[in-house]
Amino acid sequence: MSRLEKVKIRAEHLNLYYGNFQALKDVTLDIRENTVTALIGPSGCGKSSFLRSLNRMNDIIEGVRIEGQVIFDGANIYSPDTDVVALRKRIGMVFQRPNPFPMSIYDNIAYGPRIHGERNRARLDEIVERSLTQAALWDEVKDRLRSSALGLSGGQQQRLCLARVLAVDPEVILMDEPCSALDPISTTKIEELIDELKNKYTIVIVTHNMQQAARVSAWTALFLNGEVIEYDRTSKVFTNPRDKRTEDYITGRFG
Amino acid sequence: MAEHRGRKPTRSWAELVPPVCAGVLIVATLAVIVFIAERGLATFLVHGVSPREFFFSTLWKPDRPPEAGGPALGALPFIIGSVLVTGLAVLLAAPLSIMTAFFIVEIAPSAGRRIIQPAVEILAGIPSVVYGWVGLSVIVVFIREHFGGLGFSVLAGGLVLAVMIVPTIVSVATEAVRSFPPEAKEAALALGSTRWQMLRWVVFPAVLPGLITAVILGMARAFGEALAVQMVIGNTHTVPRSLLDQTITLTSGITLDMGYTVMGTAWNNALWTMALVLLIISLFFIVLSRTIAKRGVLR
Repeated sequence: MSRLEKVKIRAEHLNLYYGNFQALKDVTLDIRENTVTALIGPSGCGKSSFLRSLNRMNDIIEGVRIEGQVIFDGANIYSPDTDVVALRKRIGMVFQRPNPFPMSIYDNIAYGPRIHGERNRARLDEIVERSLTQAALWDEVKDRLRSSALGLSGGQQQRLCLARVLAVDPEVILMDEPCSALDPISTTKIEELIDELKNKYTIVIVTHNMQQAARVSAWTALFLNGEVIEYDRTSKVFTNPRDKRTEDYITGRFG
Repeated sequence: MAEHRGRKPTRSWAELVPPVCAGVLIVATLAVIVFIAERGLATFLVHGVSPREFFFSTLWKPDRPPEAGGPALGALPFIIGSVLVTGLAVLLAAPLSIMTAFFIVEIAPSAGRRIIQPAVEILAGIPSVVYGWVGLSVIVVFIREHFGGLGFSVLAGGLVLAVMIVPTIVSVATEAVRSFPPEAKEAALALGSTRWQMLRWVVFPAVLPGLITAVILGMARAFGEALAVQMVIGNTHTVPRSLLDQTITLTSGITLDMGYTVMGTAWNNALWTMALVLLIISLFFIVLSRTIAKRGVLR
């Protein structure tokens, strides 16, 4: 059990502002290694903002101000000497809507390794095959690696985006409602993948779907108005929550 | 209840206005093309000038008397002049304009919208005679004083045209760059790209067809511009040996000579042939840009 309990990322007293609006209020949260942590809560509760502050994707939004710390493997990612590029290589991200690059399937996957310096053709081939296999997409696309990724179905595109993240060999994978634009069958596939990947990667998933949180995660945090009001093992959150508001939320009384 | 009188609903005459207007436009376009083609082909069909002479000879003596052999209508200097100044203008303007487009969209969106785009629009609105005059009084003089020669030159023409086509290329290229989906840019950054890597390896290849379209439209504009070029290029019927030599273009040749010629003469018809060449090349540019734009739509 001790390996499972190791903290991979620790957010400490995180405050996040968009201009004058405070989206996160003093959030302190531990993300444990090689587990799936689900972030749930109603729209606008700050769960996506929190997720995006873990790989500093909020940096690219104008007018964002962040206070507090995010400790990743012992170092604060918000310290001035953090190499954001290196950080994002280690903490990958899958977005709400599939966003493949307008290029071939192969080039989509090879893009990450290439920008990080991999030039060897044979090794790139190997990475592409391995990543697509890990994302359960290899069999479907192996005969058309040179055709455009935009010709794939939505579910395939999302698995491609996952493969693209896996290709740079990250330690953490952030998923921002990865199934919200997908049909139920594709959703099941992604959930099965999450279940396989959690042995090797630390996964943080934002989801609107509470059944999904219950199915895939070991830990669940409930966000409400920018605060974490409940954070515990998923089984406990769903069966025996501490906070009355959690019970109201998961039984569908609001949100 | 409104009374029903069994009156047929009358169709308003106004409904006929749009199709009639469209029809007039189509007829006008066709009429212009047919007229130019008829005049332009007369050089070959009526006056018996061989296409080989027209396109490949540099001897331009349109008023040579019949006893000396009749008019010599070699239009090669015009064609070479047009190609050279257009090529030079595109070579100078395209990189500048494309970089500007990326700057406006990706690097400084607020400054781009507030300062650069309005500046580019002003450039687009300056009449060509003003460009020509500035070229004549600044660029021609500068070249004469610093590089030698008369100043009237391919270089002067190319420089003036370059400034004139920047707005066209910038505005079309800006739209192309802006059309790239922001979600895919986020994905590139989230994979650990620097902004440069994202622009160079993800955005640039995807918007390249749009950028090429922008350059072709600029090229078409440069090819068809007459007045400003005419004012700075010297207008000698010679093939230039260097960028500092004078030359002439199809457009400036037409505007210079058209007042001296009589309808129906070989000289006059030769000018129409040059107009026909211009027309065909612009049509070619339009078709080319449309083909590329269609192929370039993010599949």
